[in-house]
Amino acid sequence: MKSDKLKFFVFCLVVLLAPLPLSGSYLTNVLVFVGVNSILALGLNLLLGFAGQISLGQAAFFGLGAYGSGVLTSAYAFNPWVAMVVVALAVAAFAFAIGFPVLRLKGHYLAMATLGVGVIANIAFNETVDLTGGPSGLSGIPNLAIGSFTFDTDLKNYYLVWGFALVMILLALNLVNSRFGRGLRAIHDSEVAARVMGVNARLMKVQVFTLSAFISAIAGSLYCHVMTFISPTSFGFNTSVELLTMIVIGGLGSVYGSILGALLLTMLPEILRTFQDYDIIVYGSLLIVMTIYMPGGLVKGVPALFRRLIPKKAKEGANA
Amino acid sequence: MELLNQVSQFVISGLATGAIYALIGLSFAIIFNSTGIINFAQGEFVMLGGVLTIFCINALQLPLLAAICAAVAGTTVIGLVFERLAIRPLKNATPLALIIITIGASILIRGVVMLLWGKDTKALPAFSGNDPISVAGATLLPQHLWIFGVTILVIVGCRLFFHHTISGKAMRACSFNPRAANLVGVSVGRMVLFSFVISAAVGSLAGVIIAPLTMTAYDVGVMLGLKGFCAAIMGGMGSGLGTVLGGLILGALESLGAGLISSGYKDAIAFCILLLILFIRPQGLFKKGETERV
Repeated sequence: MKSDKLKFFVFCLVVLLAPLPLSGSYLTNVLVFVGVNSILALGLNLLLGFAGQISLGQAAFFGLGAYGSGVLTSAYAFNPWVAMVVVALAVAAFAFAIGFPVLRLKGHYLAMATLGVGVIANIAFNETVDLTGGPSGLSGIPNLAIGSFTFDTDLKNYYLVWGFALVMILLALNLVNSRFGRGLRAIHDSEVAARVMGVNARLMKVQVFTLSAFISAIAGSLYCHVMTFISPTSFGFNTSVELLTMIVIGGLGSVYGSILGALLLTMLPEILRTFQDYDIIVYGSLLIVMTIYMPGGLVKGVPALFRRLIPKKAKEGANA
Repeated sequence: MELLNQVSQFVISGLATGAIYALIGLSFAIIFNSTGIINFAQGEFVMLGGVLTIFCINALQLPLLAAICAAVAGTTVIGLVFERLAIRPLKNATPLALIIITIGASILIRGVVMLLWGKDTKALPAFSGNDPISVAGATLLPQHLWIFGVTILVIVGCRLFFHHTISGKAMRACSFNPRAANLVGVSVGRMVLFSFVISAAVGSLAGVIIAPLTMTAYDVGVMLGLKGFCAAIMGGMGSGLGTVLGGLILGALESLGAGLISSGYKDAIAFCILLLILFIRPQGLFKKGETERV
């Protein structure tokens, strides 16, 4: 337990200091989106990595959060913080309601059903032109502010988004080591066995689905206030698949793996910018190769690789 | 009368796209029934059918029929390679891993096609002209007839193959019980490979015959694949009449919805139907009794 706290403390320090050497360059802007994606990946990982329930419609909750906050603040002049809370709760309630029929399904069927929810939401963002601006997007969303302090630069947004991310990470770390988290992992391994042991699997699955929708909606709110402009393309099937790729690469069932995956996959298109459309091919190959050869993701795969390469160290690691 | 004519027009064009959904649904069911895998890259096989045919006609100057054969053959080879490189190495795979792998493959195929042939939508010339035929107050394109004809041929062909040839029977045996099939001398691995090959061929054929109607591009596979899956679910993942009926119903409803309500919500209609069926009758509309709890 002590090493966990130390790990989190070191991580906080890294997050705090990371933008300093960049001095407000373009990379700070990228790191803001790494933060948003980290929150999203974390939400999906709780559902998929820990409870073993796949969702290909995570972008729907992200989009509902973004559009909810965007519309309430730009058209109805809500206070952004109030809007964020209201929208996150509303999205969570929606997820709770659809969670019961959706999570009765398993495996491929669950994947298809969540995918369906995602596609329907995306079509709704495109078609409700009066509300969302349709394909041309919604603009004029205000920045978040505390009193007269407005989050209007990349650096301020960085600390805003990562502040939220750190809270979520802390919450997730506590959650996965709790009774609830152990229940989730039991469901992942064998739902039948979990039920026999007295885990209320159906309710727990819906609860974690709701929680991951809530987290995604918060990420959506942050995203819309950081961007001040949103359009339906950010909340489509591709976004859901990107999130899936992040946690598969980082590590299913690992909190820090979600962050690592979000970091790598958000930076990748920036690095590959010279190749433009190659990133989609890299995503596809990564998904296949990682699933076959490194099913635990980088977080578990790389140490395992080292252990295999340096057998002596493995013994020391096992004793420690 | 105006409305009635409109409705019959919508139904007829809807049935034609529905026949395509049925074919794609069939290609889903072929893999599912011998392996228990839902191939999320199925739509990409469909896309490849159309795109490769156009490539063969434009770049290689092949006549239409030769181009179609080349495209179907090409897609079949890709299906074979896919099974060898991505599905087979994964022993004792969980459904989750298979979903992720097939999604990865679909992204990969889409990306490669986009790089090779660009993002533009392209049209394939209709097989036998565009002169409309008048049927019961509605007009029918010759391409619609091609679609119905090919669909019927493929479905009858599959039926004959699965029930009256040794290979087909062996594949069905694998779907019932792979271990028992293996014991009586069926090579399960080979049958899985077969199912990917046949499924790629059927899927790509669907892509070829719909390309003159709807145009094709690197990204049409997702929607077509999903609707094919919807048809397969309606038919209870069987490879028979259920899937065909499912596809036709889906096509007709979608076309009616697009025509009478709003074309923007066309795809949403298909997904609402998919969700309803998954929630209410996951065993399919036409299957009696519960075979497996999903």
